[in-house]
Amino acid sequence: MSPFVAVIARDLRLARRQGTDIAMTLAFFVVVVSLFPLGLGPTPDLLARIAPAVLWVTALLAAMLSFDRLFQQDAEDGGLDQLALSGLPLSLLALAKACAHWLTTGLPMLVLAPILAISLNLATESYTVLVATLALGTPVVSLFGAVGAALVVGARRAGVLVALIVLPLLIPILIFAVSAIEAAAAGLPVRVNLLFLGAILAAAIPLAPLAAGAALRQALD
Amino acid sequence: MVEPPAAPSLTPVPAPIPEPARLTVSDIAVARGGRPVFAGLSCAVEPGGALRLAGPNGGGKSTVLRVIAGLLRPLRGEVAWDGEPIAEDPGAHARRIAYLGHADALKTALTARENAEAALAVAGRSGKASDGRTGADLDHAFALLDLERLADLPAAWLSAGQRRRVALARVVASGCPLWLLDEPTVGLDTASVAALERAIAAHRSAGGMVVAATHIALDLGPGDTSVDPGAFPWRLADVPLDEALV
Repeated sequence: MSPFVAVIARDLRLARRQGTDIAMTLAFFVVVVSLFPLGLGPTPDLLARIAPAVLWVTALLAAMLSFDRLFQQDAEDGGLDQLALSGLPLSLLALAKACAHWLTTGLPMLVLAPILAISLNLATESYTVLVATLALGTPVVSLFGAVGAALVVGARRAGVLVALIVLPLLIPILIFAVSAIEAAAAGLPVRVNLLFLGAILAAAIPLAPLAAGAALRQALD
Repeated sequence: MVEPPAAPSLTPVPAPIPEPARLTVSDIAVARGGRPVFAGLSCAVEPGGALRLAGPNGGGKSTVLRVIAGLLRPLRGEVAWDGEPIAEDPGAHARRIAYLGHADALKTALTARENAEAALAVAGRSGKASDGRTGADLDHAFALLDLERLADLPAAWLSAGQRRRVALARVVASGCPLWLLDEPTVGLDTASVAALERAIAAHRSAGGMVVAATHIALDLGPGDTSVDPGAFPWRLADVPLDEALV
């Protein structure tokens, strides 16, 4: 087993053992989305109108709760030193961590989102596009989250700090994703928005690990 | 799963280190967070040798270990393996060393054995005897450090000394030629310190090297050298402080 796969396997195993970590992130996603139909009352049209934004904003906020799993816990118990000595370049280590984070956070939200969309009266034509935007967008969330989490390793109140660093960077993802879902509901072409999301993902896969690796180098000093 | 030997002898039989090489630390100067720690420190470890980093708390012992591990980059000077600076191939250097930090790096949710296995897998090592390297055998390391009864307990249940022993078992089972041990005896009882000394002696007899930061009388075996980083103060005349602050 290569160190890259071993790091992912290790994180998945930890996530399975500490199931509450994932469960809390997903429960937050479910509970907050469910509050909107309750708060707005019986207004199906309004719900359908805001459904794309509600789903995406809540998914982003839920992801923010999970970033301390990326590096903070390892930095506290000394595991980060061992990971840094795995022989992997720090950038590849960050990529492996981001992959494990996506598998335990982005992927479950991708599965849950269409179910939650029913409660928000999302337009029938939009479901495929909703899943497509999450499939392209949530990996970027994990990758940018790795950069933010690597920057704040060792900082106090790191969780809030990561959110402040990462959320503004995710604005383009939010805009293109919500535009695509709304375009689908209106019967307009969605290809351009999805292409933009794909382009951001294609740029983030090589660049975000490099930035996260540089930040980790600082954290090890 | 490979069955552990029926009656494991408590004397480890490590595999010969494939390529014994010389570790040299030449004239390194280190600052952490803009604060100078030491400058002009040089030392060397021969194959089969041991180096003790001595000195009071806060003297820079852990810093030297982190520099040798490649986790910390010196401002001046270099660490070389067989004459080749480690900065040229950090990945290859990382695979040569087993580092025991002051933290045990154990995950409380995993059992003692799973912790060691996961750490060895991340370092690209199996820890199993199947590859014929009994010295790299996790079973053997656990037997040596009297951990067999604890192997399947979650690390959260272990005492500080037991956790230290699990972390040491990872180092013993790694099969790496260079062991870097930061205060390895913290929390250990007398029997475990003796077991650690036996493991170090066996590692050295096979051509392995040990660098240990310790302020107690841990017996590293015959012919060990000693360095006190505190004896290499940073002199502003030699190295201007602004170089540290860059």
